[in-house]
Amino acid sequence: MTAKKLSLKQRYEFLTRDLDWEPSYQPVDSIFPYDQFEGIKIKDWSGWEDPFRLTMDSYWKFQAEKERKLYAVIDAFAQNNGQTGISDGRYINVLKLFLTAISPAEYQAHRAFAFTGRHLRGAGTRVACQMQSIDELRHIQTQIHTISHYNKFFDGMSEFPIQHDRVFYLSVPKSFFDDARSAGPFEFMIAIGFAFEYLLTNLLFVPFMSGAAYNGDMSTVTFGFSAQSDESRHMTLGIEVIKFLLEQHPDNLPIVQRWVDKWFWRGFRLLGVVAAMMDYMLPKKVMSWKEAWDIYFVEAGGALFKDLARYGLKMPKYANVATEACEHISHQNWGLFYQLCHVAGFHAWMPDAEHMDWLSEKYPNTFDKYYRPRFEMWAKQEKEGKRFYFNGLPQLCSCCQLPMLYTEPGDPTKTCFRNSTFKGTRYHFCSDGCKDIFDNEPEKYVQSWLPVNQIFQGNCGGATVPEVLDWYKINVGVDNCDYVGSPDETLWKSWMEQRFSEAG
Amino acid sequence: MTQFASITLMQNDDARPIIDAILADNPGVRILSMPGAVKLDCDSRLTVSRASVEERLGRPWSLQEIQLVLVSMAGNLEEDDDLFTLSWHK
Repeated sequence: MTAKKLSLKQRYEFLTRDLDWEPSYQPVDSIFPYDQFEGIKIKDWSGWEDPFRLTMDSYWKFQAEKERKLYAVIDAFAQNNGQTGISDGRYINVLKLFLTAISPAEYQAHRAFAFTGRHLRGAGTRVACQMQSIDELRHIQTQIHTISHYNKFFDGMSEFPIQHDRVFYLSVPKSFFDDARSAGPFEFMIAIGFAFEYLLTNLLFVPFMSGAAYNGDMSTVTFGFSAQSDESRHMTLGIEVIKFLLEQHPDNLPIVQRWVDKWFWRGFRLLGVVAAMMDYMLPKKVMSWKEAWDIYFVEAGGALFKDLARYGLKMPKYANVATEACEHISHQNWGLFYQLCHVAGFHAWMPDAEHMDWLSEKYPNTFDKYYRPRFEMWAKQEKEGKRFYFNGLPQLCSCCQLPMLYTEPGDPTKTCFRNSTFKGTRYHFCSDGCKDIFDNEPEKYVQSWLPVNQIFQGNCGGATVPEVLDWYKINVGVDNCDYVGSPDETLWKSWMEQRFSEAG
Repeated sequence: MTQFASITLMQNDDARPIIDAILADNPGVRILSMPGAVKLDCDSRLTVSRASVEERLGRPWSLQEIQLVLVSMAGNLEEDDDLFTLSWHK
């Protein structure tokens, strides 16, 4: 007689909680020393349950299947010279930003979930964190494998780990994860599990990866959606963790609310880079950043916070400011990239007339009024042989580490400046959201490694731009400056010419 | 504003029977078709039924296999051997 198959619920019970044990020769508090100091009160860890009820044996089975499918595509893409079939050579620059800014963040998430899983005392949470930790390692590995094929042909990708640690704009994602990883385990779970994974990563992995599909980048869309299939599990972990904390004790609410406010704003600033990628760097467009924001934050985030209102949790403090800023952020960031790409590891360019018309249509309230005139002026200067580059070092926000370029809420003609004084030193911020974060924990943020300040202090290879770029491992005249005139453009044009020549 | 329970699946052959089952089992689904992916939204509650997918697929199918084609979702998840449900509290 064969044994009756266990139900999903029974299997989860046996293979998760049932594998846990009561320690006998060490007190529990000394095994889990980090889950008290943040002030979060947990009465009953067994209240935690993974709604997917995924057990380790099924996890390995499904992940192996995902990998088999993904590597078949990556291999076919390479074998069939898929790089020549993308929409335009400009497109590759999104991959340069992805590999230098986002892939190392996957690795940070891998390490952080391993740590957090070790230090939370509930068995259900530990297993979910362990799976997510392994997922994140898979993500960076598959991203490196996929993009390595493009690295054989295009510039700007080969030094991504060093660049992530050194280059000025890459301190934005790096400091975001450093901040989350140096917080306590519960704040980390709200920061990355809830605010980032649940509320914001859809904006990166859904419309952006759909954009990769639309631009003929079969290998990237495949790793993107393969990663995103793990992401659904991560999102579930994020929403379960916030419900669990809010259900456990009413004292947890104000702590959790402050973390939600903080990490929403940090995530919003970080994703401004993705906004510029979507609106400006995809030759063929799926939807605008504003449209994606309306679907994934206003609509989906609205439904989520309405659901969480039963616990007393409110929308993030600066949600309305962020939604208003969505009419501006991609244009402001692209303007920044355009002016500073001589000191960056990727190329920027001015959108052509057709692209500007698309922006006018998608941003009827802002593009023509505030950004088109500036961009047309830069395009005109470029035609006259006077391509504009900003030859200075921008002041950075002491929280998000982005240059201080954003405008006042309600007045896009005025740059927003905020500051706070702590122990006799003044610190500068790009927004009220960033200033609040600093003011809540100044001791933490005064330790920030601000790239521009570090250059001035002589810690970045030297006092001149060529010395700093050398330290950044940016190959001058190849990796940097405008796409027009770059070796990438020359290569792309030669491929396009070959399309009309005979094979062999 | 409507609280949409939502699921996003890949647009490929493995996902097609699941998409068809969702459309049949959840009247009033809103479809957002994107290159490579499709987002299905339903007012406050959306379900995927194992039996309904098996009927279209013509073979036994475990609800956990949905993970191979799942891109994103919104709502509180409840999953057992027969039903995968996403819903918001009213």
